[in-house]
Amino acid sequence: MFVGIDLGSRTVKMAVWDGERLVDHKIVESGFEPHRQAEKMVAGVKASVIIATGYGRHLAAEYFADHVITEIKAHGLGIYHQFPDCTTIVDVGGQDSKVIALNARGKVSNFQMNDKCAAGTGRFLEIMAGSLAYDLAEFGQAALKADKEVPINSMCTVFAESEVISMKNRGVPREHIARAVHASVADRLSGMLARLGYGEEIAFSGGVARNPCMVQMLQEKLPETRMIVPELPDLTGAWGAALHGANY
Amino acid sequence: MSNFEIKAYPEMWQSLDIDVERFDKMRIMLGELYEKTFLSQENRPAAMVYFDNMVAELHGGRIKELLAAKEDGRPVIGTFCVYIPEEMVLAAGGICVGLCGGSQGSIPDAEKILPRNICSMVKSAFGFKDGRICPYFQAVDFVYGETTCDAKKKTWELLDQMVPTYVMEIPQCKKPRDIALWLEEVKDFKAKVEEVAGKTISADDLAGAIQIMNNKRRVLQRLNALRHHKPCPISGKDGLLVEQIAFFDEPVRFTEKVGELCDELEERIQKNVAVPAKNATRVMIAGTPMALPNWKIHNLVEGAGAVIVNEESCVGTRYFKDLIAENVSDMDDMLAALTDRYKEIDCSCFTPNDERLDQVIREFHESKAQGIINYSLQFCHTYNIEEIRIRQACEKEGIPYMFIESDYSSEDMGQLQTRIEAFLEQIGE
Ligand code: SF4
Ligand code: SF4
Repeated sequence: MFVGIDLGSRTVKMAVWDGERLVDHKIVESGFEPHRQAEKMVAGVKASVIIATGYGRHLAAEYFADHVITEIKAHGLGIYHQFPDCTTIVDVGGQDSKVIALNARGKVSNFQMNDKCAAGTGRFLEIMAGSLAYDLAEFGQAALKADKEVPINSMCTVFAESEVISMKNRGVPREHIARAVHASVADRLSGMLARLGYGEEIAFSGGVARNPCMVQMLQEKLPETRMIVPELPDLTGAWGAALHGANY
Repeated sequence: MSNFEIKAYPEMWQSLDIDVERFDKMRIMLGELYEKTFLSQENRPAAMVYFDNMVAELHGGRIKELLAAKEDGRPVIGTFCVYIPEEMVLAAGGICVGLCGGSQGSIPDAEKILPRNICSMVKSAFGFKDGRICPYFQAVDFVYGETTCDAKKKTWELLDQMVPTYVMEIPQCKKPRDIALWLEEVKDFKAKVEEVAGKTISADDLAGAIQIMNNKRRVLQRLNALRHHKPCPISGKDGLLVEQIAFFDEPVRFTEKVGELCDELEERIQKNVAVPAKNATRVMIAGTPMALPNWKIHNLVEGAGAVIVNEESCVGTRYFKDLIAENVSDMDDMLAALTDRYKEIDCSCFTPNDERLDQVIREFHESKAQGIINYSLQFCHTYNIEEIRIRQACEKEGIPYMFIESDYSSEDMGQLQTRIEAFLEQIGE
C-alpha cells in the first residue's frame, strides 16, 4: 500500500493507493498536533511507503513519514491522474491559495501562491462566514441564493471584516454580503490565474472547491474555460502524495 | 565550536551612548542565530574562521578600530548604498562602513516614526539609530545618504535630526548631462570628506585608494568565480557572509583574508571537495540587497538541500563587478574614471535599466545555475516593478524563475519554505 498523508492547517487527509485503486481515505480535523493525528491515521495501514505533504510534512517526516513532497507537486500529481488533459489547477485550502500550471506530461511548470495575507483563502471565507453568523457549510448556499451583489473593496482580511460589519449595520441583507465575500475571493483567484495563464479546463481542488458558490462565481469570471471539480477535492493532495509513493 | 558568542563590550557601548541592556539581548540572539545558521554547516572551509571572528568582534574589535581611527583624526563615514564612492573616504585616510539595516529587531523603533509601508532596510537602519542599538551608527562622524529611492531620500531628512546626514544626488538616467551632474556630486563629496578629514586629497592618495578598492573588488570577483565551480566548494550562506562583511571590514586586510579563502577553495576544487551535496540544485539570487544579518532566503534555500551560487545584488555582484580604470593619474581624469565606474552599477532606481536584464542572464549562465530566485523587499517599488521585466527575460530564455517579495519578519517562513521547495521540485523534474 502506498500512503499519502496531507497535513493541512485545518484537516489531515490520508489516501491509500494500492497501485491501481484508491482503497481507503480519511479526513480528520488537524487538532493541536497534526502530526500525532496523522500518525494515528496511518497506524492501521500496511504501508510500504508513506509520503507526507502539506504544512506539517516535515514534522511528519521527523516522526513517521518516509519522504516529503510539497502540496504543489502533490496537487499536480493528483489532478493529472484524474484529469490527464487538464493543465491548470486552482487549489484553495485553509491557509493559502495556489494556482498551478502543468505541462503536457503532468509536471509542474509554474505556480503562484497568495502572499502573507489571508485574503483569497479558506480562512478568509471562514472568518467572514463567522462574522455573518453562517455555518461554513451553508455559507456558499446562502450566497448562491442572493439576487444582488454589493461590492467589497478591501482585499485585506482585517479591513474586509470591518467593511462587512459596517454593511451589516447599514441593513444590507446578509446573503448579499455573503455573495460579495465570495466575489472578492473569486476576483483574487481569477487575478492569480490571469497572471499565470490557464488552459481550457481548470481543476478546482482543496476544501473550498466544495463550496458551490465559489465554483460558480469563478466559472462566471472565466467564461472561456471550464471548471472541473474532483469527486473528493480535499483529498487531491493526499492522493497525489500516495501516487508519488507508488513511483518512489 | 558550540560556544560561539558575539563578544560584549559594555563599557565601550556605554561610552557610545548605546542602550546597553537592550543591545546586549540582541547580541545574544544574533550569536545564537549565527551559530545555528553558519556553524552547524558541515565541511566549511577552514579560512571561514576569520569571518566567524569578524562576526564575534562585530560589536567590539572592529568598533575599537573605528574609535582609534577617530582619535587619530581620521573620519568615519556611514553609507547606505553602493553608489557612494568609498575611494574618496579611503583617500582621505578615513573609514567607510555600510549602515544598511538587515534586522527585524530595530523595525518597531522605526515604525514609531516612519510610515510602515516602506522597505525593511530603510526602517531597520533608521530604527538602529533611533533605538541607539548599533555601535556603528553611534561611532560614525556623519552619514552619507543618496537620492536613489524615495524611501531613502525622504528618510534622510529625518535621520539628519539624529545624526548629521549629507545627501549625494544620484541621477535617475544615464544621459551625458546626468553624468555631468554626477561628476559634480562626486566633487562635492570629495570636498566634504576633505573638510571633515582636515586634509586635501592628492592625486596619489586617490590613486592609492582606487588601487585598494579595485583589489578588494578583484578578490570578490575571484571568490564569486570559485562559487561558480561545479560542484560548489563553499556554501551560499558563507559566500553571502563574506560579501556582507565586505561592508564593515578594513579593506586591505579583508582582501588578504578573502584571498586566503580563495586559495583554499582552489585546493578544494582540485581535490573535488564540495560543501553541499555534489548534485545539489544550483540557484542564483537576483534582486534587492541582503544586509547583515538578513540570511532568510539563503537559510530556506540551503535548508531545502539546494546551494546558492551567485547573488546579483548590491551585497553581491553589483558591488564588485566593475573596476575603476587605473591608467590615469591626473586628478580630473581619475574623478571622471571613478564616476564612469559608478555609473555602471545597474540599480533598478535607474531608467532605462536594460543592462541589468542582460547582466542577470549573463550571471545565470556564468554561475551554471539551474534557476533564478528574484528576491525583493516588500515596498521596494523599483525592484518590484523591474521584476516583471526580469521575469519576461527569463521566460524568453527558458530559465526557471520564481519571485519572492518578503520582509525581515518570520511569519511567512512556512509559506516561503513551501514555495522554495516546490520551485526546487520543479527544477528537478
Ligand atoms: S539597491 Fe540601489 S539604492 Fe539600494 S544599495 Fe543598491 S544601488 Fe543603492
Ligand atoms: S531595497 Fe528598494 S526601497 Fe529599500 S532602500 Fe533599496 S531601493 Fe530603496
